[in-house]
Amino acid sequence: MSDMSQSAALDRRERVRNGLSRRHRGEAIFRGIGIAAIAIALALVGTLFWQVLSKGLPAFTQATLHLDVTFDEDVITAGPAPLRSDYASAAQYEAAFLDWRRALAGINWAALIEQAVRAEMPELDAEASDIRRLVDNNAGLTLRQMYQDDPALLNQTLNVALLGSADTDNWLKGTIDRSLPDARQQLSAVTRAIADRFAADGVISMDFAWHIFTNTDSRTAPASAGLAGAFVGSLYMMLVVVVLAVPIGVASAIYLEEFAPKNRFTDLIEVNINNLAAVPSIVFGLLGAAVFINYFRLPISAPIVGGLVLTLMTLPTIIIATRSSLRQVSPSLRQAALGLGASRTQMVFHHVLPLTLPGILTATIIGVAQALGETAPLLLIGMNAFVANIPGTPLDQSSALPVQIYLWQGNENRNFFEARTSAAILVLLGLMITLNAIAIFLRTRLERNK
Amino acid sequence: MSATETQASPVHQTVRTPDPNAHPARLKADAVSVFYGEKQALFDVSIDLPEKSVSAFIGPSGCGKSTFLRCINRMNDTIEGARVAGKITLDDHNLYDQSLDVVELRARIGMVFQKPNPFPKSIFENVAYGPKIHGLARSKADLEEIVITSLQKAGLFEEVKDRLHQPGTGLSGGQQQRLCIARAIAVGPEVILMDEPCSALDPIATAIIEELIDELRSNYTIIIVTHSMQQAARVSQKTAFFHLGKLIEEGPTEEIFTNPREKRTQDYITGRIG
Repeated sequence: MSDMSQSAALDRRERVRNGLSRRHRGEAIFRGIGIAAIAIALALVGTLFWQVLSKGLPAFTQATLHLDVTFDEDVITAGPAPLRSDYASAAQYEAAFLDWRRALAGINWAALIEQAVRAEMPELDAEASDIRRLVDNNAGLTLRQMYQDDPALLNQTLNVALLGSADTDNWLKGTIDRSLPDARQQLSAVTRAIADRFAADGVISMDFAWHIFTNTDSRTAPASAGLAGAFVGSLYMMLVVVVLAVPIGVASAIYLEEFAPKNRFTDLIEVNINNLAAVPSIVFGLLGAAVFINYFRLPISAPIVGGLVLTLMTLPTIIIATRSSLRQVSPSLRQAALGLGASRTQMVFHHVLPLTLPGILTATIIGVAQALGETAPLLLIGMNAFVANIPGTPLDQSSALPVQIYLWQGNENRNFFEARTSAAILVLLGLMITLNAIAIFLRTRLERNK
Repeated sequence: MSATETQASPVHQTVRTPDPNAHPARLKADAVSVFYGEKQALFDVSIDLPEKSVSAFIGPSGCGKSTFLRCINRMNDTIEGARVAGKITLDDHNLYDQSLDVVELRARIGMVFQKPNPFPKSIFENVAYGPKIHGLARSKADLEEIVITSLQKAGLFEEVKDRLHQPGTGLSGGQQQRLCIARAIAVGPEVILMDEPCSALDPIATAIIEELIDELRSNYTIIIVTHSMQQAARVSQKTAFFHLGKLIEEGPTEEIFTNPREKRTQDYITGRIG
């Protein structure tokens, strides 16, 4: 009897041992698959970043000419700026000042640049147009603004940094094939020669392109095109999203989770909220166009409409995340509050909500980051229009960062805008990484305080 | 009484002699039944609970003793689908009357739960919360006094007086449970319900709480649900035995433990059912 039970025990142990190697193998395989999956994901992310960084980083420096410009009175024929003391009334002065500005606008500022270039290269034999293509179309405007701000510059010589044209930038960075025949080059042989000579002499240097952050989009002067308009437009939209989506989302989540009776109606609402989170974003764009623009007559291409549409998209994210963090608060805490005679509202606001704050905050920032990168619905409410202003209010026409990326991506000057597009992507990614970092920082901070 | 003294006291004590001065009952239950949806969890429970003494509810798991306890401060209201029939009266006022405000009721009938559940706030805030929401303190000094008195009554003050502003969740389990008792006392209730207050505590912490309950009974009506028959014997003057949702037998604790009338009570206290 005892022999039998002993042999049975041995047999059992044998069986366990036989199974062991199979189990260990299974575990090793699964671990291998997991590591492979992570490696693939990392490789993809790495490729993405490598692509964007290698293309986008060069765009943050741009060919800039440092020329000794003389504000020649033979060219600047507008006369001296009117003085306030010469006029009897403020209105008269205003009128004279406007006349003067108009005269300034009519001056051939490019001629000053031409003079400066020729002074730098006395042996130069070039047409005026060859020199003009060297610098950005806005370079003349830069000089005009300088003179208007300080008329005392007349006949003075100043070293001025002027942005090179997009074509000059391409040529010097090599983003255009240098071996192409003249007929297929953007710049004439003379202009290319000047550019090469200036680059060698240090007259043209690759300076950090601050204007990417301070200028708006530009079609006539692509080299000076910047993200400021789109950035501010996005900022206004996010403002609208935060102001609307957070209170509405958190309030509905609290009501549904803590106060609403559980019946078929609230079940229906719950299902619909979950469905809303899965609705393709372009549908929200259509809805925005139909409701906010056609029905409520809100302005087209305005951040307020974009913000409203993105609010609709962000709401389900915030509601679902807030509800799940409300559900995580332990029932014993709720009982403690109720048992002391706290009302339901007191229980929620004094005890439950403070504990769910990190969750709500994370949900909000993730929702806002999502909304920040959304493009499709914005195209349908006209935010893909070319806007060369920084919007002053959310009601002004504006672009948005992801839409700006889309617009630049489609620009016909591919050689120049390919890098520009990647640079805009970098700015957007930077903004999102910052938002996520803030979310993580605040969450760990709040959770530590618990 | 200081903590060291109470810790030194033996964990097991002999059955307490019943309180010689029988106290009148202000809290009375009359034919209370509880339904969770279709399922009936409690059948026609009628019992008088004497004031300023400890009544213990004993019985095996799922016998309805906790359900009945939760009827007394209407915590069952918070459970979806729970329905209570019958009458519970405090000073002849029906607690289930439409006109009664449940918030006010819970200020008069406090509760201590099975697992210590202090708020994730400071010790001071934990105790001060009840008086604050009910507007019991007229000034800051007033509130401070309430907090200190309550902590003293709960036998916790000496241990925490130097760290009143540290989180209550940082205390040991037994201290947390005494903090919860102090929190309940701070509102100035007439009745304190305790739902297995020692089941998550070690024997020493249990002994301290039992001593505390014995002290508190001079001022409060205490009703305690317990799994431990020894505990019921040690702390209570009246015991009620529940089985399968019915109140089988109730009476002075000594009688229930030495001379039960019902066979089921006898079987339970001798360990034959449970």
